[in-house]
Amino acid sequence: MSVRAMESGSSEGGTVVMSAVTKRFGSFAALKGIGLSVDRGEKIVICGPSGSGKSTLIRCINRIEKHDGGSIVVEGCLLDHRLTNIEKVRREVGMVFQSFNLFPHMTVLANCMLAPMLVRGLKAAEAEEVAISYLRRVRIADQAAKYPSQLSGGQQQRVAIARAMCMKPKIMLLDEPTSALDPEMVKEVLNTMIELAGDGMTMICVTHEMGFARQVADRVIFMDDGTIVEEGTPEQFFRQPKTQRARDFLSQVLH
Amino acid sequence: MLDFSIMADALPKLLKGAGMTGRLSILILLLGMMLAVPLAYARNAKSVWLHGPASIYILVIRGIPSLLQVFIVYYGLGQFGFVRNSVLWPIFRDPFWCVIIALGLNSAAYTAEIVAGALRQVPKGLVEAAQALGLSWLQTQRKVTIPLAVRAALPAYENEIILTIKATSLASTITLLDLTGAARLEVSNTFAPYEVFLTAGAIYFSITTSLSWLLRRLEVRLSADHRNEERSVKEFQPVLPGVPDH
Repeated sequence: MSVRAMESGSSEGGTVVMSAVTKRFGSFAALKGIGLSVDRGEKIVICGPSGSGKSTLIRCINRIEKHDGGSIVVEGCLLDHRLTNIEKVRREVGMVFQSFNLFPHMTVLANCMLAPMLVRGLKAAEAEEVAISYLRRVRIADQAAKYPSQLSGGQQQRVAIARAMCMKPKIMLLDEPTSALDPEMVKEVLNTMIELAGDGMTMICVTHEMGFARQVADRVIFMDDGTIVEEGTPEQFFRQPKTQRARDFLSQVLH
Repeated sequence: MLDFSIMADALPKLLKGAGMTGRLSILILLLGMMLAVPLAYARNAKSVWLHGPASIYILVIRGIPSLLQVFIVYYGLGQFGFVRNSVLWPIFRDPFWCVIIALGLNSAAYTAEIVAGALRQVPKGLVEAAQALGLSWLQTQRKVTIPLAVRAALPAYENEIILTIKATSLASTITLLDLTGAARLEVSNTFAPYEVFLTAGAIYFSITTSLSWLLRRLEVRLSADHRNEERSVKEFQPVLPGVPDH
């Protein structure tokens, strides 16, 4: 596929297409030639040992991290140095972080209204309506007037999901959304994510929650040492992992 | 013993001087802040061409006594013909503006250091969250970085305000009748340095302490939205191994 075809948005194939993507941090190669195509509506779970490049991979998709080599096309838009393309991609891609990253000086409601007003140009009343509707969906609308520090970790992460949803993204990136949570709060966040998956949203999720992967994922991607080592349906991956590295990893996260 | 009648007589003149001190302080702090924000961004920039000059400026200003800086601007610049012939001469001839320029440039260096530190304290994750939501760099600064940096900078900036108010007493060395200048004049009239200087000191003290109190209240109000005392105690508890999975 030519660069021109990719830019024009006429690309057949995925809503996210990465080819030969590389990324270095100093002398450390975090990504060593990643090729990945994600279809519209597909749910992908990325797993692998820490330091394998999973987070770096999804952070490249909305250019929170800048890749060094290869190409990334999101929703027909080639990610390069051009700010207009980056802004276009970020409008279509939502992100949920491990550490929630809610704005501490704003209420829950204000957190959710900020981007729709500044980026989508919604009026305050419209933005509030959208925000309340998503806060209701993650069952936290009653906390709308509170500040993030007054909420539990699980509640904060649900707000973060609602905040991302308020931008009505086509693609949602989730970077270990349950890793920073106390165990009793993991379930409420996972349930919210499962509901999200039911909406037909394209999801790319880095997680070690293998139960979630089994239930929701169309495809599981196993990464190690900056490369995609193995991919397949959850069924294939959990039943018959092809590589020794995947078997070792699974024996550690499954019980 | 103290002669209270001298103090009472001196008070109106000293308060007039305090007015001058107030005007000087406000203008110095404004000039300082206006220069400090771009300086602070330059200081934190990756490019050597930005952070190099900013760091050198801060280093030089901090390494020279303020009194000398006042003298350089007031006595030094007039020595050059091109300054005397320029349209700016009415400004550099006037001790009022000379103090504001000298101490404003001085305050800019200290304030830049405070602002740069506060900007660096804003968690990277919050900036990433704003970017991921599609906010531009400027929107991110306006809505996330600067509001949080202001909260972080306030305690240190309070100190800078108080130091600046006290530093304006240097204006009295170049003929201005600020609070200190007015006190010196009154002493030469009354020959009662003890009473007059003590009164002036009391006025400085009441200005600085009441300002300090006001700023503390502002700080408390701004941080009311993250009351963390209770939570931070909890967070310091170690995570126990062997948690059951879910």
